[in-house]
Formats: sequence, C-alpha cells, structure tokens
Amino acid sequence: MAAESKIDPMHQFQISPLAGNLDGSPFVFTNSALWMLVVLALIWLFMLGGMRRAVVPTRWQVMVEGVTGFINSMLTTNVGPEGRKYVPWVFTIFMFILFANLLGMMPLALVGAQPFTVTSQFTVTGIMAIISFGIVLVTGFWRHKLHFFSLFVPHGTPFILKLLIVPIEFVSFMVRPFSLALRLFVAMIAGHILVEVFGSFVVSGINAGGVAGPAISLLSFVFMVGVMALEVLVCAIQAYVFALLTSLYINDAVNLH
Amino acid sequence: MDLASAKVIGAGLAAIGVGAAAIGVGNVFGSFLESAIRNPAAADSQQGRLFIGFAAAELLGLIAFAVAMIILYAV
Repeated sequence: MAAESKIDPMHQFQISPLAGNLDGSPFVFTNSALWMLVVLALIWLFMLGGMRRAVVPTRWQVMVEGVTGFINSMLTTNVGPEGRKYVPWVFTIFMFILFANLLGMMPLALVGAQPFTVTSQFTVTGIMAIISFGIVLVTGFWRHKLHFFSLFVPHGTPFILKLLIVPIEFVSFMVRPFSLALRLFVAMIAGHILVEVFGSFVVSGINAGGVAGPAISLLSFVFMVGVMALEVLVCAIQAYVFALLTSLYINDAVNLH
Repeated sequence: MDLASAKVIGAGLAAIGVGAAAIGVGNVFGSFLESAIRNPAAADSQQGRLFIGFAAAELLGLIAFAVAMIILYAV
C-alpha cells in the first residue's frame, strides 16, 4: 500500500482538547465533552417540543409519548408495578445512548464539523454501566439487607451443586457492568471502523483510475450503504439492549428471582 | 517471526471468533422466527427474551473483536 493512501480508522476516536490542554490540567474541554453537550441539547429540544399534555396530541407529542410509554411498559413488564420508580434512570440512559449513537452516524463532516461518537469511549459507557450496577446494589441491599446474597443461590439446589453454582453466579453478577459497557462501546467502534475503511476504499478506488478502480469503488459504495442501514439499526438495538438489561438487573434487585 | 507479523496473524485469528458469533446471532433470530411463525400470538411477548439472547451471543463476538484490537494497538 502506498504511504499517502494509508488508512487510519482509529483517528476518529481520538480525544482532542478544544480548550485547555490534556497534560495534567484538571479542567479540559474536549471534543467528547462538546458532543455530549450537543446530545444533551438535542434531547432537551426533543422533549421540550413534545411535553405539551394536550388532549389531542400533535405529531411531536405522540413521538415523545411513544418513547416514554415504551420505557414505562418495559419496566412494568420486567420489574412489575414497582418498576416505575426506576423509569427516570432507564429513560435517561436510553435517550442518551440513542441520541449519541445516531449523532455519531450523521455525515457531519460534509458541513465541516469533526464528528465524534460519545458512546465509542469506554469511559463514557463504563460510567453509565457502573451507575446502573450501583443502582442495583443499593436497591438490593436497601430492600433485602443481607438477604440480597440469596440472589446467588438458586431455589432448591442440592448442597453439592451449591458449591459449584454460587461462585458461578457470583462471577456472572460481577461481570455485568463490564459486559454492559463493553457491548455498547465495541459495537460503536466496530461499526465506525467498518464504515471508515470502506469509505476510504471508495476514495482510493477512484484515485487508482483504470477500469478496476471505479468498479471497486462502486462495489464498496453499495456495500457501505448497506452497512450504514445496518448501523442505524444497531444504534437503536444497542440503546434498547442497554435499557432492557438494566431493567432486568433492577428486577433481580427488587424481586430476588 | 518478528513481533509485527505475529501481531497481524494473531489479530486475524481473533477475527475468527466474530464469525462464530455471527452463527450464534443467526441462530437466535432464526429460531425465534421459526417458532414465531408457528405461534404468532405468543411472539410479541417473547421479544425481550429474543434481545437478551441476541445481546449475549453478540457480546461474545465483540469480545473477540476487542481481543483483536488489543493485539493490534495495545500490545
């Protein structure tokens, strides 16, 4: 491969400071922080446009009520009537992940902005997973005190099997925050790398000229359109899965099996 | 073999795991569709379980991807 056409798919995930510098200063305004604020502003606008409480709703209000009703029913079916207490948190992470994922897919480079996917950073997804896990721990110990540890002992297991099952259950419980964070972060990274690599195939195919070059470009472009459609689906599925798994873990803490 | 070529081969081997996860995800949705067509009335109530199975199958493939990335960029 020639040196000038070297593909650098990891460049898009680089954190760069917009104000201040990264070496040692505690207050740095990075591009990650900027895009988080953009996501927040978009969610704010979306909610503000729809929270009207009109008897005959506008289309926008139907959209907002659809999302809130969706999260509400997810928690009531998975946790029960007490699940409504946890709607604020699950709704927050669902909306944040959905908007951040979709904003990362936007072709903002066309208008000159440097796009950045907030959820492609392990620290961001990790913090959200740790808060979810913390809510589960606090609720569990608050409601059931030390009885919460019976979560690791399935009902009616023989004693010999308990020796085996309790450590397995414990490990699978402790792995939950990692699996939550890792799933979202890797799904976003993988999708963006794929799109980047095939996007650079299109460009270098056209540059190569001849007959084969544009043909490869066209093939890559068609493939990329398909991948993009899949990515939009993945964005929604990952937000849904994060919210669903959080509500299932909350169910464990509230109802103990 | 020097480290650079060993890295590339290792990352390529790690990518096999992603293909295995593809089989898993296909299996999850395929089995769901098969049984959902037999009993469409019960299909909607099982959608949560469908996505749990999907998430579990997908995660194992994503771990393979993470291993490949660690070999390529972090070792």
